[in-house]
Amino acid sequence: MADQALFSDLAMEYMPALYTAALRMTRNPADAEDLVQETYLKAYRAFASFEQGTNLKAWLYRILTNTYINTYRAKKRRPEIADVEDVEDLYLYRHLSGDQASGLGRSAEDEALDRFTDTDVKAAIESLPDTFRMAVLLADVEGFSYKEIAEITDVPIGTVMSRIHRGRKALQKALVDRGSTRGLVGATDNAS
Amino acid sequence: MGDREAPEEPAGPTGQDTAAGFVGCDETIERLYTYLDGELTEQRRLEITRHLDLCGPCVGAYGFEAELRKVIASRCRERVPDDLITRVADALSREHTRQSN
Repeated sequence: MADQALFSDLAMEYMPALYTAALRMTRNPADAEDLVQETYLKAYRAFASFEQGTNLKAWLYRILTNTYINTYRAKKRRPEIADVEDVEDLYLYRHLSGDQASGLGRSAEDEALDRFTDTDVKAAIESLPDTFRMAVLLADVEGFSYKEIAEITDVPIGTVMSRIHRGRKALQKALVDRGSTRGLVGATDNAS
Repeated sequence: MGDREAPEEPAGPTGQDTAAGFVGCDETIERLYTYLDGELTEQRRLEITRHLDLCGPCVGAYGFEAELRKVIASRCRERVPDDLITRVADALSREHTRQSN
């Protein structure tokens, strides 16, 4: 039987991270709270099978990811478009750049980034299809390694890399699109 | 050696190529994410670092991507609702009681 006190001691500290991911995935607070609670219950029940000393955070994310896929994604009526448009490298950087990119100090592009609000970033992330969104969240928000993400999402490392890279580009595209409508990014699509 | 590849490297981000390192601008930009992720082999990592040390345009792009990642991570943090902490603790207690009986 699982040791409740030990489980709580070890696992509760990851709730902010798990809740952040849950909210980005479900896109609404009520479902995110249910997903987090379900994740903790499943983890508690399976805690005996968790190998002490291994990566508890990754293990919790694996449970969260599977629960999301099996419960919340299945609830959706129409299947999500499972691909993203490919855009060139440095898409956002080039859209924020003036004629001359500066290589020293805090650049104009970095300053321009500050004009994107929390809402902009969250909306851009939430616009990504599930698999890309999860990969970007795990890599860029939580800082998991490719290997850890492969274990969490149960796909080969090559697939993980591809999803992260393409997801990041799609995120940049989403930020540019959002930034254009808000006047943060030049409307011209001339990013040569 | 670098002189095998460098002359063939197309232009970098601002249209200038620097035949400065063992890898060119294109390869550096292509590997930028993997470099930032700390997932390159030591050899590749050193090659990219050497290029970044000498190439202004690429280091500008590198700095931007690193900054963007920080911005993304910091802008989408959520505060856990107080009642969720209570809710989860209660659910675990109930589960504990259920398992004990």
